[in-house]
Amino acid sequence: MSGHIDTVKQAETTPEAEQPFRELGLRDDEYARIRGILGRRPTSAELAMYSVMWSEHCSYKSSKVHLRQFADVVAKGTAGSDAMLVGIGENAGVVDVGQGWAVTFKVESHNHPSYVEPYQGAATGVGGIVRDIMSMGARPVAVMDQLRFGPADAPDTHRVLPGVVAGVGGYGNCLGLPNIGGEVVFDPSYAGNPLVNALCVGVMRAEDIKLAHASGSGNLVVLFGARTGGDGIGGVSVLASETFDDDKPTKRPSVQVGDPFMEKVLIECCLEVFAADLVVGIQDLGGAGLSCATSELASNGDGGMHVWLDRVPLRDMSLRPEEILMSESQERMCAVVTPDRLDAFLEICARWEVTATVIGEVNDSRRLTVEWHGDLIADVPPRTVAHEGPVYERPMVRPEWQDGLQADDPSRLARPTTTEQLRDTVLRMVAAPNLASKSWVTDQYDRYVLGNTVLAQPEDAGVVRIDPATGLGVALATDGNGRYGKLDPYAGAQLALSEAYRNVAVSGARPLALTDCLNFGSPEDPAVMWQFAEATRGLADACRELGVPVTGGNVSFYNQTGDQAINPTPVVGVLGVIDDVTRRVPMGFAAEGDTVLLLGTTRDELGGSEWAHHVHGHLGGRPPQVDLAAERALAELLVEAAARGLVRAAHDLSDGGLAQGLSEMVLRHDVGVTVTLGEVTGDAFTALFSESAARVVVAVAPERLDDFRAAATAAGIPVTALGRTGGDALVVDGVFRVGVGELRAAHDATLPALFA
Amino acid sequence: MRVGVVTFPGSLDDGDARRALGLAGAEPVALWHGDVRLSAVDAVVLPGGFSYGDYLRCGAIARFAPVMERVIERAREGMPVLGICNGFQILCESHLLPGALVRNDHRKFVCRDQALRVESNTTAWTTAYAEGQEIVIPLKNGEGGFVADDPTLDRLEGEGQVVVRYLGSNPNGSYRDIAGIANEVGNVVGLMPHPEHAVEALTGPSTDGVGFFTSVIAGLVSA
Repeated sequence: MSGHIDTVKQAETTPEAEQPFRELGLRDDEYARIRGILGRRPTSAELAMYSVMWSEHCSYKSSKVHLRQFADVVAKGTAGSDAMLVGIGENAGVVDVGQGWAVTFKVESHNHPSYVEPYQGAATGVGGIVRDIMSMGARPVAVMDQLRFGPADAPDTHRVLPGVVAGVGGYGNCLGLPNIGGEVVFDPSYAGNPLVNALCVGVMRAEDIKLAHASGSGNLVVLFGARTGGDGIGGVSVLASETFDDDKPTKRPSVQVGDPFMEKVLIECCLEVFAADLVVGIQDLGGAGLSCATSELASNGDGGMHVWLDRVPLRDMSLRPEEILMSESQERMCAVVTPDRLDAFLEICARWEVTATVIGEVNDSRRLTVEWHGDLIADVPPRTVAHEGPVYERPMVRPEWQDGLQADDPSRLARPTTTEQLRDTVLRMVAAPNLASKSWVTDQYDRYVLGNTVLAQPEDAGVVRIDPATGLGVALATDGNGRYGKLDPYAGAQLALSEAYRNVAVSGARPLALTDCLNFGSPEDPAVMWQFAEATRGLADACRELGVPVTGGNVSFYNQTGDQAINPTPVVGVLGVIDDVTRRVPMGFAAEGDTVLLLGTTRDELGGSEWAHHVHGHLGGRPPQVDLAAERALAELLVEAAARGLVRAAHDLSDGGLAQGLSEMVLRHDVGVTVTLGEVTGDAFTALFSESAARVVVAVAPERLDDFRAAATAAGIPVTALGRTGGDALVVDGVFRVGVGELRAAHDATLPALFA
Repeated sequence: MRVGVVTFPGSLDDGDARRALGLAGAEPVALWHGDVRLSAVDAVVLPGGFSYGDYLRCGAIARFAPVMERVIERAREGMPVLGICNGFQILCESHLLPGALVRNDHRKFVCRDQALRVESNTTAWTTAYAEGQEIVIPLKNGEGGFVADDPTLDRLEGEGQVVVRYLGSNPNGSYRDIAGIANEVGNVVGLMPHPEHAVEALTGPSTDGVGFFTSVIAGLVSA
């Protein structure tokens, strides 16, 4: 069949033709199942569609059985789930934030492309998540990025990090979306498997939510945005090389190339289209391109769809139909439009000089049919492509090394004891790559554009105003600690949620809902699958306890080199709402003479700590104890205190403990502090470096102190007086004094020295 | 007092410029790059962003947008025009201002709160400031290095056309730390930092940027 187009008719007459399904990643039984569904062999185009839609990335076939727990949390009506307007399964979840406003947000991975081609991988990761948010009918208002790399001094980190950072910035800056926060983490487990996650948040009126549904027979399917090219085709090239001789290039780049200007224009075009109420349904084109968009639109709708594939505007005229179906060319959207609104729709596209083409029509056939120059090349039930893919209950086994790892407690590690050693350790820790200032990275991102950024990195949460008239705003924080996840994936996931939840509350916002990006190794490894099951179970249990539902997210498997999987890294993004953004609480000491208090309980908890990692290269023991009831009580206190204006500054304690927390609060505005550690816990070292959860440091103005203490007592939160702000140093009474200048030099120098 | 803000495809800070003008007391008017006529506006702001993607040379295509023909014409007749960031680049490409903006010397995009000294308070956009006043406003660009030949730089300095200068470490390699300049008459001003992002204490590092907008309003009222 070389050179010819494989049609449905041909598939019927050549049932035994060899097909490269294995090269496309399908298993024998999956291929057999496709034949069973169709009652014949699939055409090349159909094979392309099924193979990409049944991939792990699109079908969630290994994770589905575990992700159901998140839906159960909502179904059981957990407190907080009533705010959810749209849940898991759509392009992104939507939450009601009050006053008629709805917010949609989602975090997604672009790990593998970013390893292959750091700049474009990271750039198109931002582009993809922004289109997910647009496809809900929302205006994107901010982005965040969660980046994890191998050791900071590893050569490959120096190849990957600058490109990833430039890609996140190059794309996001050009879109005009403020980057309000994120993470940069270094750990040997990510060498060769960098994690590039991106989060976007968007805003709309609650009544304007759009869904990826193709309803209404006779409605038109319009493809708009960039032309379709050969990027991101990846595996499908085996089809091309199978059926073609040597007269065209068969090796195509499998990493997509981004054009942020096109995306910016597409955003404005979509917003005008939404404002004029011109679409019935909308879907972005991301992974699996048109295969995904058409099958999902049709599957979510109430009928069928016919597509004239030869009408798709191309950048590369040599593309074959199956390549067009799988192309992951960026900056494309698909809309379902009623015929009477088509002209108005096309007019807006023309104003923005966006190419728009009617490529299909909704019908009541209950089939997705694809035509290529008059020939039928695909005829499938859309649900079998989009939603009824294989589901696996992968074998899981608790790794045999888990007990040994947990038994290897950090108590055997040498601890600093003299005042001099403690002082040196503080300086060494604030300069550790994971704790050092990230401004070398974040200064490459525009945090000001759109003029609504109230808090941005290095603050605990990013806060954006969504309604200037009322001051309504949202806060977002993301966290994830792979070391904790390795020691105990159940607790690790709960600690990631606890920290993000705490960071939102610290800024004065009430936590509402979460999105997660679950980064793991291969699901075919039973040990990894056990980690995944534990992490999802931990997350679901914590959601129930904290009253924050999962609204959506993403699973990224196969983050491993050989048989070495990354540390299990669930990244959790929590969204909170703040009724009046002028009440937000920043992290830094801002005035002299404020009382500094530690909220929460400090225990000797150094398992998986940054101190054990940085000073001893050690990972073992147990992560800090999870106390969700304490987290919840603490959050309620912080939200109340913010609303009443009781605290001047508040900062979460996590990686690096109290020493790091106080240093960051001092360095924010160069306002010093003098503290005593006597009442924190047994010894100075534990007080300074333990990473016990559910802890926050606050600075309270003298005239607010009584009110704040009363509120804390009422909330049952343990309060330890630490000291008072002022001066030009971090002073731990009787232990050491570090001048602000010396502290800053240590904190600021690390990343520029490594990457500049 | 109507002040136009041009939106090119790829403009990003157009909404912020309109907000800043509104806060300063003007009536902001949205202008479209394809407009062949200027609505009745008394002044124009060319906002920041990446017009047409800036894939060729920053501002090189925007300079040929239909709306620019009238902006250039009116600017030559004395209408106040402010170019911020990409707008500054467009003004240089349009030859309303001398010199050019090139890629930052460290090759990276930079976003930071930038200290500046107001060197000239006699332009249409800076009368609200004291000469020598130090202000802090956001700077964010990838191609913000101001370059010109020495005679041009000497002339700019000599004629008082340097409007704002970077304080502290030079963020992008601009010659003589120049952050913004004016034409000879002072009605056309271009600068890389973003005064429109320093108009509210809640969202900016200061409110030091407001003066650019109140200056032009005051000038138009008295004219």
